[in-house]
Amino acid sequence: MNIDDFKPATVYTIYIASTPEKVWEALTSAALSRKYFFGNAVEVDLKIGGAYIVHTPDGSLHISGEVIECDPPRKLTVTFNVNWPALIEKLGPTLVTYEIEPAGDAVRLTMTEAHDRPLGDDILSGGRQGWPAILSSLKSLLETGHAPVIRMQPPQQMLEALKKLGIATP
Amino acid sequence: MRKPEFVYVTYIETTPEKLWQALTSSEFSRRYWFNTELQSDFKVGSPFALVMNGTTTDVGEIVEADPPRRLSYTFHHVLNEQARKEPPTKVVFNLERHGNLVKLTLIHENFAEGSKLLDGISKGWPAILSGLKSLLESGTALAIPIAALGIEGME
Repeated sequence: MNIDDFKPATVYTIYIASTPEKVWEALTSAALSRKYFFGNAVEVDLKIGGAYIVHTPDGSLHISGEVIECDPPRKLTVTFNVNWPALIEKLGPTLVTYEIEPAGDAVRLTMTEAHDRPLGDDILSGGRQGWPAILSSLKSLLETGHAPVIRMQPPQQMLEALKKLGIATP
Repeated sequence: MRKPEFVYVTYIETTPEKLWQALTSSEFSRRYWFNTELQSDFKVGSPFALVMNGTTTDVGEIVEADPPRRLSYTFHHVLNEQARKEPPTKVVFNLERHGNLVKLTLIHENFAEGSKLLDGISKGWPAILSGLKSLLESGTALAIPIAALGIEGME
């Protein structure tokens, strides 16, 4: 896999009153991610080639990937492959990069979701709906100590597009 | 093909009424929008202006005002030599209840191909709306110097 083949499909930037170290911890800790990431637990072995795994609240495997770039507390790039049968074969791997930069007394967090082939807006709508909710909740958690629970269902347009491609969803 | 646009969504633990007030009141905007004053009565057809530290940066007209659900104004940048030559664009805010939160969707649209302004506003809006969320949730806006946004000409 050559990361130069991946082109950004969705970019989301958010500013957080926090430190780069605390944002890094929130992105890589299961205990914290459970609060802001729809109850999902992020487990990451923080070294190049280390495993990046996300479990849903019921313990099933949701996302599996590996660490591609790891420069704490500045940059983390992982493959972020949703564990739905046939998804990776049909759509290719997903690459997610978090960049953390100081901005005055705050931190700028930029999430980039990239793919190695062009994907339609319907397929991309899942990430485009999810990232603002996940990162809004992460910001609240770090600033107020409380992560609001933001409930949502996968977008219908994405489910229909996946179905057409023969990708089964839970 | 669709004209270039910038879309940003954020979820804020507040009420649509409080968010509407923050989007239409200089008392709030000075705190989250780089000391910018909003000059308008927010009635459809009324003039609109953004005044930053006493200098008018953008002018327009209120297109829609449906409190506390939807606000839209035209937006013409008047400060930067290059960007002021661009045609006016349009800003739309949609406020929707989402559980105990409010989902705020910003759509800034109708940019010309190769717009210089689009690059600037794409860097500005996330900082402004992040500050707005902080202010409504914690009572404290963010301390971000405008130079930290990486906007060309504003370093």
